[in-house]
Amino acid sequence: MNPNDVLITFPELLIWFPLLSGLIAFFLKEEKTAKRWSVISSIITLAVVAVSFFFTNKELYYHYNNVSYVWMPSIGSSFALMYDGMGRMLCLLTALAFPLAFLTTYNTRYEKPNHFYGLMLLSQTGLMGVFCAMDALVFYFFWELAIIPIYFLASQWGGERRVQVTFKFFVYTFTASLLLLVGIIYVYLHTPDGSFSLSSFQKATLSSGKEKFIFWLFLAAFAVKMPLFPFHTWQPDTYEQSAAPVTMILSGVMVKMGVFALIRWLIPVFPHASVVFTPVVIALAVIGMVYASLLAWAQDDLKRLVAYSSIVHVGLMCAAIFARNQSGVEGVMVQMFNHGINIIGMWMVVELIEHHFGTRKISELGGIAKSSPLLTIFLVIIAFANIALPLTNAFVGEFLMFNGLFQFGKWTTALALTTIILSAAYTLNMVQKVFYGKTNEVTAAGAGMVKRGAVTALVMVVIVILLLGIYPKLMLDLTSDTVQGFLNKITGL
Amino acid sequence: MMSSIILSALWGVIMMFSGIFLKKKSTAKYIALVGLLMLLMVNLLDYYNVWMIHADIRQMLKFTPFGLIFNVVIFACTLIFLLLNAAEFEKIGTHVYDYYALIFFVLCGAGLAISFNTLLMLFLGIEIITIPLYILAGSEKRNLKSNEASIKYFLMGVFSTGIMLMGIAFLYGATGTFYIEGMNLGAAGLQPMMLIGIVLLMAAMAFKVSAAPFHFWVPDVYDGAPTPVTSFMATIVKVASFMAFLRLFDNAFGKLHADWQLLIALLTAATLFIGNITAVFQQSVKRMLAYSSVAHAGFMLFALFGLNTFAREGLILYAAAYSLATIGSFAVLAKMDDYSLEGFNGLSKTQPLLAFTNTIFLLSLTGIPLTAGFFAKYYMLLGAVKTGNHLWLVIFAVLMAAVSAYYYFRVIQAMYFKDGNAAVSRVSPVFSISLGLTAALIILLGLFPNILLNGLYF
Repeated sequence: MNPNDVLITFPELLIWFPLLSGLIAFFLKEEKTAKRWSVISSIITLAVVAVSFFFTNKELYYHYNNVSYVWMPSIGSSFALMYDGMGRMLCLLTALAFPLAFLTTYNTRYEKPNHFYGLMLLSQTGLMGVFCAMDALVFYFFWELAIIPIYFLASQWGGERRVQVTFKFFVYTFTASLLLLVGIIYVYLHTPDGSFSLSSFQKATLSSGKEKFIFWLFLAAFAVKMPLFPFHTWQPDTYEQSAAPVTMILSGVMVKMGVFALIRWLIPVFPHASVVFTPVVIALAVIGMVYASLLAWAQDDLKRLVAYSSIVHVGLMCAAIFARNQSGVEGVMVQMFNHGINIIGMWMVVELIEHHFGTRKISELGGIAKSSPLLTIFLVIIAFANIALPLTNAFVGEFLMFNGLFQFGKWTTALALTTIILSAAYTLNMVQKVFYGKTNEVTAAGAGMVKRGAVTALVMVVIVILLLGIYPKLMLDLTSDTVQGFLNKITGL
Repeated sequence: MMSSIILSALWGVIMMFSGIFLKKKSTAKYIALVGLLMLLMVNLLDYYNVWMIHADIRQMLKFTPFGLIFNVVIFACTLIFLLLNAAEFEKIGTHVYDYYALIFFVLCGAGLAISFNTLLMLFLGIEIITIPLYILAGSEKRNLKSNEASIKYFLMGVFSTGIMLMGIAFLYGATGTFYIEGMNLGAAGLQPMMLIGIVLLMAAMAFKVSAAPFHFWVPDVYDGAPTPVTSFMATIVKVASFMAFLRLFDNAFGKLHADWQLLIALLTAATLFIGNITAVFQQSVKRMLAYSSVAHAGFMLFALFGLNTFAREGLILYAAAYSLATIGSFAVLAKMDDYSLEGFNGLSKTQPLLAFTNTIFLLSLTGIPLTAGFFAKYYMLLGAVKTGNHLWLVIFAVLMAAVSAYYYFRVIQAMYFKDGNAAVSRVSPVFSISLGLTAALIILLGLFPNILLNGLYF
């Protein structure tokens, strides 16, 4: 077999397949068909990712993982995709998140189910595109496209205030993306060969003052998406108001778009400005971590608690990236995946509780452990992962990240470490109040609340948590090429 | 292009006469459609250098591939406009043939204004565009608002014509010729008389394209005129005037770019600000679209600000993207019983197709990727950043574009997320198909803008 026989590459398959199945889903008016269709489609996507991991043919490796089509030659943009370590890891996360989200809510009924599932699959297309894009214009295209289905999803299904809240979220991200667009145009005009490809972007010659300015245009877009303090105000509201599967995708995968973009599009393109602004960004990240931890402690709403705890974790990732050393970046790679899995697990439990008891107020719940021991076991494992206990997946990542951050500054790390204590405090406090304590009239009827679909999903999550907690080398090996490439780019600065 | 100018004038006359002999209102649209198809065909023949008519025009007009492609855009948009609005025109009044005749005269004026080579032809073109519009704006004779629109437009229009003539006179005084090549501006530096001429012409053209601070006529005129006429004025007429604006400042005053660039930058900033901010507060969708058309004029002004290849290509793309989306959005609006924002509540349930296509139009106007509007905005920004100065203006423009998301998305929210019973008048199959085609065209241009731009380089 020779390279010309390559029918379709992995990144293409991961983009076109969800797109196609999403478009078909719009026509499946029957609720059951739409549900089954999207579950099967998302599992096939997962299978494609799995196959791509076992594809190790040396000769054809490159040809199955890289693709570039002529798109707009007049302005030097081509439809270029690459499927490297970090891309694979995030594609795996994306491919895993969707079946999990679908399975947990298999028994939830949605109005206009065909639209719901169609939009969900379309958002998967956008996410895969972001993680594989190697051309700035293509990247921007998918970056925006991932948001549009989410906008419609979050506005149509969810809580009372969903329309306003989602709109706030949209305006935030859209404004920031437009700034990113200006930045992209500016860098493009200063590339040596007038091209949008990532490699040309890294060779762009920018004056020092302009580099610092454009750096912020890029960072604005990524900071809103992560979200980095003080751009986080859209996040708790949106997570709270959206339907559970949407929240899972938003927090589990979409947040990673920002972190991912820092590693791929920000620091390698603006290495000097990144060095200059490192203290500022790390300070923002650490302030955000402490601030969000304190807020999480004060929450009575389960969803808001998880939302704030997510800000803490993402803040740490951002700080570790800017520490710019091997340990920190490796930790981020591991943690990007693990945080996605863990937070999806948290949302699953929250969704099950809310679906069954009709409330997610911590003060109104209690004693679920008695009525539903099964759910409690799952929750406790996931909660342990959330506070990064050893043997859970998050431990390795957080340890590496703190280690990396420590090389940047002792006091910063010390301050950041307080969030570990805080996180243990609020998470365990929540577990205790919700699952132990006295059963009240709301939580009395807890038996049989976990349906088969949800158990499957929870078991999958727990397996991943334990597997990567015990053997984290899987993730480290997978992303080692990206980490090395990144470090080579920035050493000597 | 000469042939399309002559043909459009001729067809206007034919339309008028057929109005005398044919009594049925509904026949008018077929004659108009035939005329437009012929125009498109003649234009294509011109493009491939098959000349139908040779006329000695004494270099007063200059035909370029740029102008020809732009003509294609204009004719195609008019064709779609006609397909979508034929039923509405029959509702306005009895003189349907005359309305179509006037539209053909406007197209003739547009042809002149795009390809002028002397200031005389520019003036002639702009006037031929405007005068039929005074009539069209007031075509709903029994409606007071329509009459008001007509009078307002007429008074303000005449005023701007005066300013324009004054500017031309000053330039003639400074250079002794009307020919833009002969003027050779910039050879001897900037003289006061030239400067006055340029500023006066800028003001007059800014009036025609509704750039702030010369936009005051827009809301009332656009709101008062019958909806199809508004749609025509806001799109085809506006982009044709813009093309004239660009050609004038590019070919005639291009060498003095550095002298007037700041002025255009201020004009752009003011237009973007006033258009977008005022649109936010509108309750009527028609008025909102009127202000949005001011806001888009601000973006199109970037072509003059940048004045490079990207900007020129971008203006063609912008003209197509903006016109298609606005024509579509106005066509949906014309079907609504209630023009207020609440009138759109729940449209996705009563008319899924209208709601879906309108969403695409609005997304394109916002500038979301995958729609033509994205590349239109993108090229404009590219051209502006390329000039290397006034980066603040670009940042300001994208912030204003973010504001525009607010008012466009309010309509989407009303259609999809609010409960209500949006009432619409009868929707014919032809209308639905045309609407779907327009939306498909927007997506196509959003994926491959090159299909339009490649035409420039044959």
